[in-house]
Amino acid sequence: MTDEVVVFGSLRNRLAMILTGGAALLAILLFVVVRGYAAQIAQEGQDNILSASVSSILDSAVLRDGAVQLDFPYASLSMLSTPADDRVFYAIYEDSTLLSGYDGLETPPLVPNGERMFTSAQYDNATVRVATASRTLIGADRPRRVSVSVAQTQDALAETLNRISRNVAGFGVGFFALATALAFWGTSTTIGQLSRLTTSVTRRGPQDLSPFLKPVPSEMVPLVGSLNTLMARLEQSLKQSEEFIAEAAHRVRTPLATVRSYAEATLQRVQKQENRDALRSMMRAIDESSRAAGQLLDHAMVTFRAENLEREDIDLDGLLRELVQRMSPVAEMRDVALHLESAGPAIIHGDAVLLQNAFRNLIDNALKYAPIETTITIRIQTTPRISVDVIDQGRGFVPDEMDKLAGRFVRGGDTGDHIGSGLGLTIAQDVAHAHDGTMILSNRSEGGACVTLLF
Amino acid sequence: MRYITVLILALLPMFAHSQDWEDRQVFGDQDARHSLRILSSTDTSFFAPIIESFIAQRPDVSVEYLVTGTAELDVRFRQNPDLYDVVISSAMDLQLKLTNDGFAQRLDSLVHPDWAQWRSSLFAFTTEPAAIVINTAAFDGLTIPATRQDLIEVLRRNADLFYGKVGTYDVRLSGLGYLFATQDARASETFWRLMEVIGSLDAQLYCCSGEMIDDLVEGRILVAYNVLGSYALARADTKDALTIILPSDFPTTMMRSALVSNATSDPIMSEAFVDHLIRLQSEGSAKDFPLPSLDAFQDTNGRSSISLEPALMTYLDRLKQQVFIREWESAIIQSP
Repeated sequence: MTDEVVVFGSLRNRLAMILTGGAALLAILLFVVVRGYAAQIAQEGQDNILSASVSSILDSAVLRDGAVQLDFPYASLSMLSTPADDRVFYAIYEDSTLLSGYDGLETPPLVPNGERMFTSAQYDNATVRVATASRTLIGADRPRRVSVSVAQTQDALAETLNRISRNVAGFGVGFFALATALAFWGTSTTIGQLSRLTTSVTRRGPQDLSPFLKPVPSEMVPLVGSLNTLMARLEQSLKQSEEFIAEAAHRVRTPLATVRSYAEATLQRVQKQENRDALRSMMRAIDESSRAAGQLLDHAMVTFRAENLEREDIDLDGLLRELVQRMSPVAEMRDVALHLESAGPAIIHGDAVLLQNAFRNLIDNALKYAPIETTITIRIQTTPRISVDVIDQGRGFVPDEMDKLAGRFVRGGDTGDHIGSGLGLTIAQDVAHAHDGTMILSNRSEGGACVTLLF
Repeated sequence: MRYITVLILALLPMFAHSQDWEDRQVFGDQDARHSLRILSSTDTSFFAPIIESFIAQRPDVSVEYLVTGTAELDVRFRQNPDLYDVVISSAMDLQLKLTNDGFAQRLDSLVHPDWAQWRSSLFAFTTEPAAIVINTAAFDGLTIPATRQDLIEVLRRNADLFYGKVGTYDVRLSGLGYLFATQDARASETFWRLMEVIGSLDAQLYCCSGEMIDDLVEGRILVAYNVLGSYALARADTKDALTIILPSDFPTTMMRSALVSNATSDPIMSEAFVDHLIRLQSEGSAKDFPLPSLDAFQDTNGRSSISLEPALMTYLDRLKQQVFIREWESAIIQSP
């Protein structure tokens, strides 16, 4: 069936893709956000220290004898020590004149008193962070504006950021792995419900059309409901058509019997050879129809009973012995002998009516194809399993057709003028299946067909 | 930068314009494939065994060893960084500033304790305390001072004996002297009182430890403050004549350091030399390495040496330097 269904994507893959894709996106987002945040905090940390250094230098500025003096404390630069031994630069300006420190570090910008300005710049082939502040000293003659810039390279900052990045990347990967595992677990649990439903549908017998009663998740209720409705309708229409066939067969059989008896009576009276021939053909056609109707009835009955087997312990030996006895007169009319080979009782737990029906159809079939003055052997074996062979001495099955013969209304290609509906083997096979057995068709090496029912 | 250079140039006219060296010596084969020029403030006698053991391992190297004072060394190197491969100096502040200003090359393959290196570029390889060295004979009958305060007392009480007989570094001439003085001043006010006492006794000012010790031995001075004890110890003729005192109130301990010039023509050999140097200081015997090793004067409670950190540049600031030298001059140079 599967190859006929058009496959469009996979629910499991789609679900897994959405979940893992989402997790990956979240992990990347986590990395970017946390790293950005960490970078900001680390930069703030460096800025704070630079700012403190600038303040301590600026605070030491005094006007002495009309000149700006800065006797800044050792701590001003000491506080800038880092584990990565970052380089430190500074510049002290009076208005726009460099008083001390590194030239070209920063032209004194107009930073309002009491405010800090932070910039990133290049100095001596290194990226530095610069903090600048200024202060106005009121002198006797004129005010002096002292600006101080302190710069520091960012090696320690980069190390810290790298460490944080590594950790956050680790967290991200861990988060992704966990989310992926959860996604797969979630996906397979969800899809598992569908698989379970599929399994229980698949595992059903071909005749089982009863509704699903096992609990299912609410999302699957509509599906299961539709499935149940569909099966109910299917069962209904199946039952109707079988009833219809049985009814039709029954109704056809009775008038046919009447027509046959008239035809037979007429045959006794008619003398003309061509009329007799016509009547014989007519009777053969009636027989064929009647037999077909009988088999249709049998088939309908088998189909119905197969669902509700009335099992009991049955001795196949006794059952077949009675059947052979009953069918012997018909066989004798065709000059065919029925021979039962049995080693004693063979008990199976089954439906007597069905089994009888199956064997009758098989013997009937064999009678149909058996040449005159031959024997049909019915052999019961009990080891290794209970089996019944019905063997004739006819032409046997056409090898190419053997696997198709059990289908409904299929008849062998060399039936010649034999009458039959083609349902005999179907009935026997359905009965065998209803009893958990199989039917095997074979040709005997010495000639003749053999049908084996294996229980 | 320029200003400091100008300042030092102004302070040291005779050194800055002279191309004479305190000492210049070439080790190894003149025609060797590699030649290293080492600019150093350390006397050749201390470095000769170190260079000889280096050359013994690498016969294809010749070493030119150039000695000058710490302050002048800084000036010369800043002028022509491409002329020198390795720079060795006891003035930690100047060395650190050279490194901070980008004159030193990173030597990332060298393994050295974090506290004894800066930026993997500047490598300390000795610890040498500043000492009070006295002429033992002159102190006969006097208390041998153990602290700076003791020294102040002794000098005050015996002003007549010590007048004109106390020596110390001229911080205007010696980078190391300036480092010692600024670190002392950072540590305690006692330093200024001592300077005033020494000043009142007509202090003799020196450029270098070696000369101070010479004068001590010869009796021209009786007390030298902030001398390198290692120089005094190294001289055989001083054993009986001099007593070396490491002040117990607070130690001022310098670390001699080496860096490889960023403009070196032979980075591999230069790095190998610094590697040899720091290896020898921890593994070498006293004969191979005549200077005190890094661990020699470390306090068991923790390091007492001056830290290698950017703060060393504080007193190199032009304005700070002006203020400090003015104060120092007013303390030490007292017109009678």
